[in-house]
Amino acid sequence: MAKLLIEIRILVASKILRLGKKCKQVCFFALDFTYLCTIILLEMAENEKELLETLQEQEYKYGFTTDIETETIGKGLSEEVVRLISAKKGEPDWMTERRVAAYRHWLTLTPPTWAHLDIPAIDFQDIIYYAAPKQPKKGGSFDDIDPELKRTFDKLGIPLEEQLALSGVAVDAVMDSVSVKTTFKKTLSEKGIIFCSISEALRDHPDLVKKYLGSVVPYTDNFYAALNAAVFSDGSFCYIPKGVRCPMELSTYFRINAAGTGQFERTLIVADEGAYVSYLEGCTAPRRDENQLHAAVVEIVVERDAEVKYSTVQNWYPGDKEGRGGVYNFVTKRGICRENARLSWTQVETGSAITWKYPSCILAGDRSVGEFYSVAMTNNRQQADTGTKMIHIGRDTRSRIVSKGISAGCSQNAYRGLVRVAKGAENARNFSQCDSLLIGDRCGAHTFPELDVRNRSAIVEHEATTSKISDDQLFYCNQRGLSTEDAVGLIVNGYAREVLAKLPMEFAVEAQKLLALQLEGSVG
Amino acid sequence: MLSVKNLHASVDGKEILRGIDLEVRAGEVHAIMGPNGSGKSTLASVLAGNEKFTVTEGSATFFGKDLLSMSIEDRARAGLFLGFQYPVEIPGVTMANFMKLAVNEQRKYRGEEPLTAAEFLRLMREKSAIVELSSKLTSRAVNEGFSGGEKKKNEIFQMAMLDPKLAILDETDSGLDIDALRIVATGVTKLHTPENATVVITHYQRLLDYIVPDVVHVLYKGRIIHTGDKTLALRLEKEGYDWLINAYEER
Repeated sequence: MAKLLIEIRILVASKILRLGKKCKQVCFFALDFTYLCTIILLEMAENEKELLETLQEQEYKYGFTTDIETETIGKGLSEEVVRLISAKKGEPDWMTERRVAAYRHWLTLTPPTWAHLDIPAIDFQDIIYYAAPKQPKKGGSFDDIDPELKRTFDKLGIPLEEQLALSGVAVDAVMDSVSVKTTFKKTLSEKGIIFCSISEALRDHPDLVKKYLGSVVPYTDNFYAALNAAVFSDGSFCYIPKGVRCPMELSTYFRINAAGTGQFERTLIVADEGAYVSYLEGCTAPRRDENQLHAAVVEIVVERDAEVKYSTVQNWYPGDKEGRGGVYNFVTKRGICRENARLSWTQVETGSAITWKYPSCILAGDRSVGEFYSVAMTNNRQQADTGTKMIHIGRDTRSRIVSKGISAGCSQNAYRGLVRVAKGAENARNFSQCDSLLIGDRCGAHTFPELDVRNRSAIVEHEATTSKISDDQLFYCNQRGLSTEDAVGLIVNGYAREVLAKLPMEFAVEAQKLLALQLEGSVG
Repeated sequence: MLSVKNLHASVDGKEILRGIDLEVRAGEVHAIMGPNGSGKSTLASVLAGNEKFTVTEGSATFFGKDLLSMSIEDRARAGLFLGFQYPVEIPGVTMANFMKLAVNEQRKYRGEEPLTAAEFLRLMREKSAIVELSSKLTSRAVNEGFSGGEKKKNEIFQMAMLDPKLAILDETDSGLDIDALRIVATGVTKLHTPENATVVITHYQRLLDYIVPDVVHVLYKGRIIHTGDKTLALRLEKEGYDWLINAYEER
C-alpha cells in the first residue's frame, strides 16, 4: 500500500499516565446468548441490511429545499441587527443588553486557528443572521403550520404527526432559526417539565432563562460562542424539575433551509436535583454550492443527583466530492455537573464540510461522572476536529471518553481532547480510548489528547489505535457473498458499535444508515 | 461442476500455478496434497477470486459458467465456498449478523425470500450443533478472540449455514487438536451429499481418515504431478513426496 497519511501526535502533559497501545480495536458487544437478545441482534441485522441497501442512494438524501415563504433581514451584522433580532422576538431588555454586550465582545475577537482545520476566510458581513418561515399565527393548532413545512419535516422523518407521537418522542423542530412546533407539550407539562423554544421560554419562564443562560458557556468563552450569544435566533429550552424522570426522549431537529443564512441556535437544558432526561438532536441541511455557517451553543446544567444524556446525529450537508459547498459547523457544547450528577454526550458526526466541536463536561461536584462517546466520519474533502474536555474539579469524579474516527476519501479527521484534573480533585479517574479507522490512502487521522493532571491521586489512562479495513477482511466478506460496499458498511458499523449502542434505538438505526450512506464510493 | 483447464496464475509477477487441470463432479470428495509452497492455497484463492493473484492463462468453469469472469461475491452466491486457513477477525460484527447478511444475500441471488429472524435462528441452532460450536460464539464478533480450533469450527459452521455446491477447505485441519479435528472432519462428512462436492487441501493423511476422498491429487511446483485414489494418501504418509518428486523431475 502506498504511503499512509497517518500522523499520531500524542501530547502528554502528565506523569501519571499509562499509555496502552494495541494493534487492533477492542470492545465489541459481548451479549449473553439468550433468545431475546439474539432476536434483537437479528432484527438489528435486518435493519443493517436495509441500511446497506440505501448505499445505492448516491445523493445526500436530505438535500432538498423547501419552497416556503421566509422572512429575513438583510445580510450583515451590526449592533442594529442584534437589536433588531431581539426586537423581532419581543425579548425583555436584559436579554437585548446581553446580546449587545456579547456583540461588542465579539468585535474584539478573531476566529480561532488552533484546530487541525483549513478554514477559508469567512465574511461575517455576507451572512443573513435571521430567517424565519412565515407562519399564519402563533399558538394555533398543528393544522395551522405551513403544509410545505410539514412536508419538509415528513421528508426528514420527524414524528410531528399524532400517530408518531405515540412513539414517545417529543420534538421541537427548528427550521432555519425559528422553532416551529413543539409536540407533546401537554404530557410533559403535567410532570412540570418545560420543553419549548428558547423564545417561548424567554416569554414564559424569563427567570429560569436569566438564571441559567450563559452560566455554562459565557459569551466570553470563544469567538463563535460570542457570535451565538449576540445573534442566536432560537433553539430549545428544557427544564426538568426536582426528582422528575422525563418519561420520553426529548428531541430537537435543526434544519437550515434558506440560502445564505447562518444558523445560530441556542439550547439550554436544566436537570434539577435528582431529575433525568435523555435528549436527542438531529441536523440536516439542503445541498447548496455555497457554504453555510452554523454556530450553535448548547448548555447543560446537571444539578445534584441528576442525569442528562445528550445524543446528536449531525448530518449537515458535507459538500460535494470536490469540496464545494457544505456547512461550516462551529459548535460549543458544555455541561456542568453538580454533586453525584452524570452527563453523557453521544455524537455521530457524519456531515458538515468543517466540524469544530468539543462537547465537554465540567465535573464540579463530588462524585460526578462525565462521558463522551463519539463517532466522527469524514469522506471526500470533509474536515473534522472534534473531541471533548473533561474538567475534574470535584473529588472522586470519573470520566470516560470513547472516540471512533473514520476517515475516507481525501478527508482529515482529528480527535482533540483535554482531560484536566484540578488540584483538589482527589481520586479523579479518567479512561480515554481514541481509535482511528482509515479507508483508502489519501485521508488523514490525527489525535491530540492533552492530559493536565495536578493531583497525585488521579488515575488517567489513554489508549489509542489506528487501523485500516484490510483487503483480507473484504475478501472474507466477499467470499461469503457480501458485496464490497455491504462489507465496508458492516465493518464500519462494527467498528463504531460501542458508540452506536449508546444511542436510543431509532437514532442508532438512523446513524448506521448515515455511516453506510456517507461511505458511498469510498472503496474500490 | 468445476472444470479447470491449464490454469496459470501469478502473484507480483511470480508464477505460482503453472497449468492446473482439475475436474470435480457432484458427489465427489477430492484431496489436494503436496509439499509446502507447491501452490495449494493459491489454487484455492484463485478459484475463490482473490484479487492478489493474476490469472495469466487457462480457464475455469463452474456449472458451465466462466468462473474467472465472475466477481468474488457472485462465485460465493453461485455456491462456491472457501474455508479459510486463517479466518480474519471483524471486530464489533457479531457472527449472527454476519451470517444473516451472508445467507440472505445468497438467497436473494437465487431469487428466494430472505429468512425471518425466527427462521434464521432455528437454522443457526441446527447448524451450530453439527460442529458443536458453542452458541455463545455466534453472538460474539466474527472470529474475534476465537481460539484456533473455534475459528476452524466456525468456518465449517458457516459452510453448513451457506450449504454450498462446492466447498474448498484450505488446511482446515491445521492447528487442531485431536478432538477438534474429529469434530471438524465429521462435520464436513455430515454435510456431504450426492449433490455437492468437497475439495480438501491438507498436509496430513489423518484428516482423510474421516473425510474419505474419492481422488487424491499431488500438487508440486504449481502442477498436479500425480493423481490417485485414497491409498495414495496412505503411501504419502509413509514415504513422503520424494518418490513422486524425483520421478517428476526426471521426466
